[in-house]
Amino acid sequence: MTRYLVPLFVFFGLVVLFITGLYRDPSLVPSPLINKPLPAFALPTVQNPHKVVKSNQLQGEVTLLNVWASWCVSCRYEHPVLMDLARSKEVKIVGFNYKDTRTDALRWLQRRGDPYVMTLFDQSGKVGIDLGVYGVPETYVLDRNGVIRYKQIGPITPEVLDQTIRPIVRRLQRKESS
Amino acid sequence: MSLRTPALRLFFTALILAAAVAPVLAADVPLEFDNPALQQRYDKLLHRLRCLVCQNETLAVSQADLAQDLRGEVYRMIADGRTNQEITDYLVARYGDFVLYDPPLQRSTWLLWFGPFLFLLIAVYFMARFIRSRRTADVEPEPQDRERLEQLLREPDKGE
Repeated sequence: MTRYLVPLFVFFGLVVLFITGLYRDPSLVPSPLINKPLPAFALPTVQNPHKVVKSNQLQGEVTLLNVWASWCVSCRYEHPVLMDLARSKEVKIVGFNYKDTRTDALRWLQRRGDPYVMTLFDQSGKVGIDLGVYGVPETYVLDRNGVIRYKQIGPITPEVLDQTIRPIVRRLQRKESS
Repeated sequence: MSLRTPALRLFFTALILAAAVAPVLAADVPLEFDNPALQQRYDKLLHRLRCLVCQNETLAVSQADLAQDLRGEVYRMIADGRTNQEITDYLVARYGDFVLYDPPLQRSTWLLWFGPFLFLLIAVYFMARFIRSRRTADVEPEPQDRERLEQLLREPDKGE
């Protein structure tokens, strides 16, 4: 009996392996920066070219660092979700405008609303490379010490927010308030 | 005026060629070293690095915006006299092992590297078992079977 069952089990094992493989998204590359401090940078903001914001200024509370651009189509779908989140005041959101122009970025914020406490301006994309940005939008969840705890690749949809981002943010906030 | 006029023909040919070449020129200004050794290193290195955006392309061929930026970074680092190891370390620190076309040998890739040999061993084991089972089936016939066999062989053929 086992003679016939063994190949059958091997077959089903392979089927399970291949099916799980089918549903995994190969475009999601795990970031090596998880649980590492945010790389050091100094950037101006979109609103003020003379202001310099250093990466350590993002420390102090749990923060979402949202990488976006006016040329990014999925950012349009993400934007209302960020607006709602900003209104709820659950978590601080910092914008990271990536490879864009000031005019376009400002027009975007004026037209659609500004969910960010501030928006860093990385025109050359150099800091983006240090952060390992490869597909806008991306969102980094930073803890109070400025350590990257999670990276969302692709837009934050309402589902992603409820099922992934919010639980992580709450956990980090609880951990830090105690 | 007709297309047969040689000057016009030349003009239109030039126009079509220009249109064909323009997007290539606009997309990317290739970075080149004066030093052929550095140029070779640069080309070789780019062929071993993956573009994160179009994942089946190397940094050498990808037209993605990020690939162009990363080519610029690699170029700058080679010009700065950094070693290949330093450059790949720089990219791995930001994008993970995925940027390397050759996955590094480490715990999480043991199955990837040694899996084929593992399967070969399993196959050899089953083949050995199969051959052995065939050999044990090849036993001496019982005395009465042997007698019957020889009798059959002695009998003249009736089928002809």
